Amino acid sequence: MSTLTNSSSGTGILGWLKALADRFTGAELAQTGKQLLLPMVGILIFLGFWHLAAPQVNTSLGTFPGPVQVWEQSGQLWQEHADQRERADKFVTMQEARNARILADNPDADVRIRGYLGAPTFLDQVVTSLVTVMAGFLLATAIAVPLGIVLGLNHYLQAAVNPLIQIFKPVSPLAWLPLVTMVVSATYVSDDPMFEKSFLTSMITVTLCSLWPTLINTGVGVAAVNPDLLNVSRVLQLSFWTHVRKVVLPSSVPMIFTGLRVSLGIAGWC
Amino acid sequence: MTKSHLELTGVEMAFDTPKGSFVALDNINLKIKKGEFVSLIGHSGCGKSTVLSIVAGLLQATKGGCILDGHEINSPGPERAVVFQNHALMPWLTVYENVELAVQQVFRKSMTKQERQNWVHHNLELVNMAHAANKRPGEISGGMAQRVGIARALAMKPSVLLMDEPFGALDALTRAHLQDSLMDIQQDLKNTVIMITHDVDEAVLLSDRIIMMTNGPAAAVGEDLYIDLERPRNRVTLADDPTYVHYRQEVLKFLYEKQRKLESITPRRNNQATDASMKKDTALKAKV
Repeated sequence: MSTLTNSSSGTGILGWLKALADRFTGAELAQTGKQLLLPMVGILIFLGFWHLAAPQVNTSLGTFPGPVQVWEQSGQLWQEHADQRERADKFVTMQEARNARILADNPDADVRIRGYLGAPTFLDQVVTSLVTVMAGFLLATAIAVPLGIVLGLNHYLQAAVNPLIQIFKPVSPLAWLPLVTMVVSATYVSDDPMFEKSFLTSMITVTLCSLWPTLINTGVGVAAVNPDLLNVSRVLQLSFWTHVRKVVLPSSVPMIFTGLRVSLGIAGWC
Repeated sequence: MTKSHLELTGVEMAFDTPKGSFVALDNINLKIKKGEFVSLIGHSGCGKSTVLSIVAGLLQATKGGCILDGHEINSPGPERAVVFQNHALMPWLTVYENVELAVQQVFRKSMTKQERQNWVHHNLELVNMAHAANKRPGEISGGMAQRVGIARALAMKPSVLLMDEPFGALDALTRAHLQDSLMDIQQDLKNTVIMITHDVDEAVLLSDRIIMMTNGPAAAVGEDLYIDLERPRNRVTLADDPTYVHYRQEVLKFLYEKQRKLESITPRRNNQATDASMKKDTALKAKV
């Protein structure tokens, strides 16, 4: 490392430029090309296959849409979104102008500001959906990782809880949804709610579905810490927290992340 | 009679197995003086590691007990530091941080931050590993990692240093090199050491005393041999020293004549092998 800093500081900006130039020659370029080009080739082949295969699939609703139709339609969806936005902006400026006029006539007038009540567009729905999924996934992580650590550390608790995990893991989001809706509408009663009920319901459903892989993987990762390292921890008489922080967590991080990846997949699919 | 530093009295260790109780150790009695370097030698599966685990406090003897400086041992602690066969360094910490973790834990109250840093460096220098302080265990060789394992144990200033086949996983040249380093360090620090080994030369070269264990199950102390060779010892000159050769022969005789392991490669093998593996399994489980 020291030689690297020496050489770069020694030759200054020229050395840096040379390093930059090196990136665009020979092996470096070939490497970059491979990393960029091959995925592109894969995507192109897929699009070609889609384009050729789609017209062959005849259904009662017409032929299966090909990439060209999908592209056109997505343009339309975007257009719709842009139009809606424009209308909303117009509404706001109109309202502001009207309120200003009223206030000019009578400074004590009670002006009301209303939100625009147009239907959410496809794009708005996508954003809502992503926010819900991320919130649900974060909540699931916040529950599953600590719980997984506790289960991994305690064999008795693990044995007691494991059957419950196996039962709840395969329950589908559609089965959770009515139950969660019932509970949320019964318990979340407030005049000035911080979240919408629909958001809470979907988020909790996502949490309940995506919790399990992280929980199971964290538990397995924590239980699989190298026994020698556990003995080191015992010899050093590490406190519970130091033990978790310095030995258990770093050792189970790969497993936790595997669980998180699966969980995120499930959360998106909900 | 002088009071002994470490004393094992009537230690028995039995493991519960599906086939009933398995007695690994039976009535082990040992008295070890301060500063003594003791090797435990015996065939594999004879319970050497179990003895070490009991002294470390990682296992509880089913009968009898173990007293260090007048206190009974019933849990692990840094005053009985262990050097493990496979270094057992945390792979996510650097060499420095691995030793620091131990120093932090043991001397949190008694040393200032600066003193602790110096102490970590001092111990890394002791094993000639200061140059790799910022490397991770995965980036250094097995021999180097084992040096760091030793540094970590020494940094705890243990009253007894326990070594579980510390050089068993290393190649012959590295092993010889580390044995010499250990002798040098021992010359200065005069620690009480209990070392498990399979290697007769290693035992005779390093030890003040060799405890030879009989074959399990129900292993016990077979012979207790004092090695009266002057220090510093040199492996090359000792190679044809008659006293050294005599001690070596004593140990070899014990291992290969008196306690010959009846493990032939002919039909009996199956029986013996499953027996041995079962023992190992139970020992491992108990360790975990």
